[in-house]
Amino acid sequence: MIAAFLAFAWRSAVEPIEPPAASGFDRSLIRHGAELAALGDCSACHTAREGRVFAGGRPIGTPFGTIYSTNITPDPSTGIGRWSQVAFTRAMREGVDRNGRHLYPAFPYDHFTLISDADIKALYAYLMTRQPIQAPAHANELPFPLNVRPLLAGWKLLFFREGRYRADSGHDSTWNRGAYLAAGLAHCGACHTPRNRLGAEKDNRLFGGGDSENWHAYAINTESQSPVPWDASALQFYLRNGWHALHGVARGPMAPVVENLAGVPETDLVAIAAYVVSVMGNPTPARLQRAAGLTATASRNTAGSSPQSALANDVGATIYAAACASCHESGQPLPFGGINLALSIDVSGEEPTNLIHVVLDGLPATGEVQIPIMPGFASTLSDRQLLALLTYLRARFAGKPLWNDVGKSIGDAR
Amino acid sequence: MTALLPNDTASAHISRRAVLQGAGALIVSFTISPAASSQDKGRAKAAGTAVKLAGSLTNTPYLDAWIRIDADGSVTAFTGKAELGQGIKTALLQITAEELEVPLDHLTLITADTALTANEGYTAGSHSMQDSGTALRNAAAQAREILIGVAASRMNVPAAQLKAASGVVIAPSGARLSYGELVSPTLLHVQAQPVSKLKDPASFRVMNRSQPRIDIPGKVTGGSVYVQDMRLPGMLHARVVRPPSYGAQLAAVDSAAVERMPGVMSIVRDGNFLAVVAEREYQAIKAMRSLAAGSKWQEQSTLPKQAELAATLSGLPSQEFRIFEKPESSPPDAAATALEATYTRPYVAHASIGPSCAVAQLRDETLTVWTHTQGVYPDRQAIAEMLSLPPDRVHCIHVQGSGCYGHNGADDAAGDAALIASKMPGRPIRVQWMREQEFAWEPFGPAMVAKARASLDSSGRIADWEYGVWSNTHSMRPGPAGALLAGQHMALALPPPAPKPLPQPEGGGDRNAIPLYALPHAKVVHHFIPSMPLRVSALRSLGGYMNVFSIESFMDELALAAETDPVAFRLKHLDDPRAREVVTVAADRFGWSGRQKGGSGRGCGFGFARYKNLAAYCAIAMQLAVEHETGRIRVERIAAAVDTGQAVNPDGIRNQIEGGILQSMSWTLYEAVSFDDTRILCVDWSTYPILRFGSVPNSLDVHIVERPGQPFLGCGEASQGPASAALANAVADATGKRLRDLPLTAARLKAAIGV
Amino acid sequence: MMELKVNGRVHSVDAAPDTPLLYVLRDDLQLNAAKYGCGLGQCGACTVIVDGEAVFSCVIPILLLQGKEITTVEGLGSIDQPGPMQRAFIEEQAAQCGYCIPGMMMRAQALLQKNPLVSDEEIRRTLEQNLCRCGTHMRILRAVRRAVQLMQVATPART
Ligand code: FES
Ligand code: FES
Repeated sequence: MIAAFLAFAWRSAVEPIEPPAASGFDRSLIRHGAELAALGDCSACHTAREGRVFAGGRPIGTPFGTIYSTNITPDPSTGIGRWSQVAFTRAMREGVDRNGRHLYPAFPYDHFTLISDADIKALYAYLMTRQPIQAPAHANELPFPLNVRPLLAGWKLLFFREGRYRADSGHDSTWNRGAYLAAGLAHCGACHTPRNRLGAEKDNRLFGGGDSENWHAYAINTESQSPVPWDASALQFYLRNGWHALHGVARGPMAPVVENLAGVPETDLVAIAAYVVSVMGNPTPARLQRAAGLTATASRNTAGSSPQSALANDVGATIYAAACASCHESGQPLPFGGINLALSIDVSGEEPTNLIHVVLDGLPATGEVQIPIMPGFASTLSDRQLLALLTYLRARFAGKPLWNDVGKSIGDAR
Repeated sequence: MTALLPNDTASAHISRRAVLQGAGALIVSFTISPAASSQDKGRAKAAGTAVKLAGSLTNTPYLDAWIRIDADGSVTAFTGKAELGQGIKTALLQITAEELEVPLDHLTLITADTALTANEGYTAGSHSMQDSGTALRNAAAQAREILIGVAASRMNVPAAQLKAASGVVIAPSGARLSYGELVSPTLLHVQAQPVSKLKDPASFRVMNRSQPRIDIPGKVTGGSVYVQDMRLPGMLHARVVRPPSYGAQLAAVDSAAVERMPGVMSIVRDGNFLAVVAEREYQAIKAMRSLAAGSKWQEQSTLPKQAELAATLSGLPSQEFRIFEKPESSPPDAAATALEATYTRPYVAHASIGPSCAVAQLRDETLTVWTHTQGVYPDRQAIAEMLSLPPDRVHCIHVQGSGCYGHNGADDAAGDAALIASKMPGRPIRVQWMREQEFAWEPFGPAMVAKARASLDSSGRIADWEYGVWSNTHSMRPGPAGALLAGQHMALALPPPAPKPLPQPEGGGDRNAIPLYALPHAKVVHHFIPSMPLRVSALRSLGGYMNVFSIESFMDELALAAETDPVAFRLKHLDDPRAREVVTVAADRFGWSGRQKGGSGRGCGFGFARYKNLAAYCAIAMQLAVEHETGRIRVERIAAAVDTGQAVNPDGIRNQIEGGILQSMSWTLYEAVSFDDTRILCVDWSTYPILRFGSVPNSLDVHIVERPGQPFLGCGEASQGPASAALANAVADATGKRLRDLPLTAARLKAAIGV
Repeated sequence: MMELKVNGRVHSVDAAPDTPLLYVLRDDLQLNAAKYGCGLGQCGACTVIVDGEAVFSCVIPILLLQGKEITTVEGLGSIDQPGPMQRAFIEEQAAQCGYCIPGMMMRAQALLQKNPLVSDEEIRRTLEQNLCRCGTHMRILRAVRRAVQLMQVATPART
């Protein structure tokens, strides 16, 4: 038994190769690989803050400790320059690096294993033709025994199923394309599916909402709390542009995802939207009716409307009127104006994490591109005031009771 | 400028008297004669002035219009120019202190004020040192000699043996008479002479020394510096509700609820001009929001497609001006290589950090307006015309605003405040524009298109050159009341003035369109486009930015074709020794010849111009890195050289050049006004991103080429053009890709680089 | 009536509780340094320090500030006795129009109070929230560096 496990746990190294010349790869294959890398959001994890793209070094927080992404540029000594196609394919599909070490599932090989040969080949061609950047790996910060890599073999035995995507003949090719991308390369579930105590996605709760870097990834299945239910065209627009007038703006870890998606073919976005919306199922008539009301209000021009509070002695209402309404009721259109909070998933969603996060830290400006900017209130809102604000927002804009344990969420966010 | 009313001079005199009397000192009278605005209307001489006097003395020849000395020895200098954040006050004081031989701290400076100072037109075009600096320098020198002359007769010592120092005239015997003792009421009420006895630069003790700016201590300690900081007794706060777009008509307004809001004093409606006045500032803001929500506007779709801007512009009817042709015969035989390129620039916003503001008060039938305008006299003209007041009933006083880079909302805010104050006599009215109003309504720097064609001869020299630039006007300033938004929006609906091209040699859209390079055959055409889809006017360096960007980019393209080093290629075509020196110094200080080879994501670029071909010379070298995967540009280091003629405040010059370079980086890399078919879409810093600290270069060195004794050359706009070209050239060096459409965004560069 | 503690003094302020701090500072307390730039929390011209943290005073209603310590540029020193941050900006001549400068100084002040040994990187990253249109950035960075030195020798400014 132990011997069998060891045999499974032990993986051999794949022979290093001379770094291949960029000219040896087909241009159209590289271009296709670029689109795939964008779909896979590779740069988001493999780029450190203010670091070079694909050079790794970004800390990925997990419940178990901090893992640092690796350098996937073709640098021979610190990157994947000496990786053959075989080694690369094995890493993508089996979670084993060229030396034979098991990779932590923060690298979503449980999704990438679904990717086709052709796509892996294109990804390899793309990555091997990037500028090599010398950037040594940053040691992970994991407590014993989690830092013992062979243990990962045990994790894999329990939770990892190797194998390619198999088309579902019950659906059309668009849906299947969407499912292939969403479940595989785009690894949507890595954030949007809840995980068990050992960090594996819960199979029975696909897209039921998960966590990512202190943000909540909302449920995008039948449990979706989106005030206006998603339809395929809205989702497609959102994935392409990073915002939608009835849904808001992608922020947090979703921001780089949509930034990357800006460069992928429309057909792929159509497919992903079709698939994800089908997972969300048909909204109930009650939801649809409420949504119709919201849509009608949202489309009315509220330009310059006065943020007068109806409930003058409610602290939360007063804070909203004084601090929030001048932007959120300015009538400035999305994506740069403040969203009408009745449409905000942050207010009506299943977890308060993101709302608290945004109120406290705001959406700070970064770089010199058009992005929504919001000031944070961490140093001026007391916990009590924040609670009053959340209570008010939740009641007025979502018509829902306050979340359980908001106090703890506030504490965690601070 | 249109002629001032005949009683204007007298009234200015009286006001000046009234203001100065308070000091209990000698009252001097002076004459402000009508002046031409320096930047936009040429340099007309005052009627009857036979000889050319120095700088603005030409138009305002009496010495006491510039310098006043009190019996207590204190000295006041006057300038019609305004402090815009460029440090002009300090430089003008240095000049006066130097030539007049008084200590700097005995000096007071009074700036642009229609009751007190000469009419020096606009503070624009980097003219302040040439106009006002030169006038003050000569006036101070002549005043000094007059004082020495008086002392000579009182002491009975030949003037040649006397010397002035620290506000005192000293005889060889050691006898001294202070300026206060020497001065008499009309002593300086004399016309300036054509020739002054200027000090030898070798003896300078204040000029050409870096002098800490006098305005900075107040600015960093919360002093009352800006018009935004004014708090007059009884002052009310007004906010304007602007139309949502150009040409929108106010169809209905529901003001009843707003009138009942706390603190609201008045709602002003005059045609499409709508404003609210309240006791407290935040009350005014809340009332403005409610009023806006209760207003219905009829909008029109008048704007072109942003994505097709260049084509739209060059497709509009235009007037052709052949501004340069050399020689007029046909170009030489078909040359070895010919190149052609088209460059474009979008609309660019001034985007001052502080939105425009003004305070106005109608009292005793005189309307006083405190404004951060660039031209108190033209602004007065516009306001008087708008309100049908005689100009002598309007008094405009310049007070600093946030950084001013041309014709922004300042005049319009002054017009707003004036219109509201005229309807609420007695109370001072403070109008503060909101951020979104500043962006939506300020006149932008015009979008432009430039086309260049040139050929090289077999020796790699430029054989012939053809250049055309398409542009709107670059000045829609007041004067006329129709230049003010309030004038346009009020029921009277004053029409905006007809746009005019600014004439060469300074030019507007064609500013710097004529290369300074020695070219055997060349033709330069300015295609002036009268119709203006977006509101435009003067933005720092006007067309100079775009033309230098285009010409200097094209020079690099030609250098590449000639297989010549870009700096060597420029020197090969430069005869002007001062130009050559600036280019050489910048290259040396940068380490151009030993620079890292371009390609693989890192590159160096060079740019040079003499601003307007008659102001400061500036050359800039830049090194930057491009991130292949994103197209993001990170400027690493910059070296610049500048020749401003005689330097007055070297650190002030450096500050201006540094600021110009960073501002140009921001324009060049990031900025474009966005709009749909009806509205301006960039209304805040989310939608109009500008340079942030993360993108500031690691080092920026400015070297001043000293030119002792040479005339002052304005430098406030000298670095914009060269900086933009140095950037584009460095990008091309780093990536092998030539970007010709501004701004050089990461997205555009990434698209050019490809996968 | 609301009580606000600004630069060590308690002021009674007769302003509506939803009034953003900026207007109370400027209009009621006649403090000029904090500037209106956008009113949206996007430019930093209005930055002041509240309980040791740099905040945008244009978006903070005074009702949130009861019992908190507010510091403005006026609390760092005066024109006759400038504090180290102010001296640093004067010595480096770090201003053109100067409109953005008080906000820059307050954000830098908050940073240096928390961490007197900041790196250049941290200074840049912190000031990323504040905009300057005149292009004074090089000098502002130098001034903050100089303030680090001056603060090491000076008695700490009151906040
Ligand atoms: S004025 Fe407060 S951030 Fe701009
Ligand atoms: S100095 Fe003018 S905005 Fe910074």
